[in-house]
Amino acid sequence: MKRKILVGGLLCTLLVGGIIFAADHIDAPAVTGPGSTSPGNDITDIYAFQSPADNSKMVFVLNTQGLLSPGASATATFPAGVMYEFNIDNTGDNIEDLVIQCLVQNGKMRVYGPVAPAVPGTTSTVMTNGPVTEVSVTSYSSSSAPSGGTNANGTKIFAGPRDDPFFFDLVRFKEIIAGTQTSFRNPGVDSFAGTNVMSIVVEVPKSLLGSSTTINVWGETKSK
Amino acid sequence: MLRINKLTLLSVMATGLFLTSCDKDDDMDNFDTSGTFTQNDQMARPAVNTVFVNAARKNEFNTTVPSAMNTAFNAQFQSVLTGFGYTTNILGLDKATFAAVLATDVLNVKMNGVTTFYDGTNVLTGRALADDVITTELILIFGGATGASNPGLRDDNVNANDKAFLAAFPYLATPH
Repeated sequence: MKRKILVGGLLCTLLVGGIIFAADHIDAPAVTGPGSTSPGNDITDIYAFQSPADNSKMVFVLNTQGLLSPGASATATFPAGVMYEFNIDNTGDNIEDLVIQCLVQNGKMRVYGPVAPAVPGTTSTVMTNGPVTEVSVTSYSSSSAPSGGTNANGTKIFAGPRDDPFFFDLVRFKEIIAGTQTSFRNPGVDSFAGTNVMSIVVEVPKSLLGSSTTINVWGETKSK
Repeated sequence: MLRINKLTLLSVMATGLFLTSCDKDDDMDNFDTSGTFTQNDQMARPAVNTVFVNAARKNEFNTTVPSAMNTAFNAQFQSVLTGFGYTTNILGLDKATFAAVLATDVLNVKMNGVTTFYDGTNVLTGRALADDVITTELILIFGGATGASNPGLRDDNVNANDKAFLAAFPYLATPH
């Protein structure tokens, strides 16, 4: 009985929520919906973790263009005219104090920051007054030897196709939502196995992120 | 001579201001840093927008600054939790409080020590590549006060990625 109620709740969510994707794959109808031509703007996942290789550094990951097949990954590109922006609040008010802005043009990525934004919020200009780090976009064919751009300040950056690190039995979840199943299967099946994303990875010294003990982080895509 | 350079500069600036299709050469090597960029997508915690925001408001959620998200979306998040039969969870958060935590879509990241979504001990101190974030969210939504309720719904039984992560930069596995 309880399960029935829960499934009813899930079904209700489906009715108001439309088709459900995950984690945030295809969750920006303005850029992925009908008529849109900007798949490069759709963020799939954001990660923020202490560097496994150097605990004085923090790693930020922004993945885009989810569910790429190997074939599609070979020709996928980061569109020019898109800014991939990490936002960092180090004062606890959920307003960004620092940004890390990533632009890709002509096979190169440049990363600006960490630097204070001109103004916080939903519009940005490129902050060319802070640190700048550059790297060649790693191609699909050379992905086993990824290019890592470095800055004398200790920042390290990467751009290119990678395996989608996200895992979830999305197919079964959708069946539960649709009411054709009542529980997950065991073992589950990873709906994202075998798929790739276009990934941006930025590793920065913690000393460039302020002195607070906790930061709040989110990712954005912006376009001209 | 100086005057001519100034005039040239002025002319270049005017061109940059009025021709939007022009490749402005800010860095003197054909890398365009001009213009104003306007927000399209935004996210932090996995699946929050996906599960809790209805289709009609997804674009609004993607362009609402995090400091304004709770005011704008708390009621909607609570109604979705009601649909899930939610009353409390293993963190002891009532519906309104849990909705407030979820609606402000930022990753809280600890600057020293373990950074993880949830590892059995640390809660919401970051998000590492191997974190089983979906199961964590399912436990918080469906697991009740003990985390053990609804065994068929609180774990998708996919516990790891299909490729091993790298110990060295860039940490993500090579593409398929």
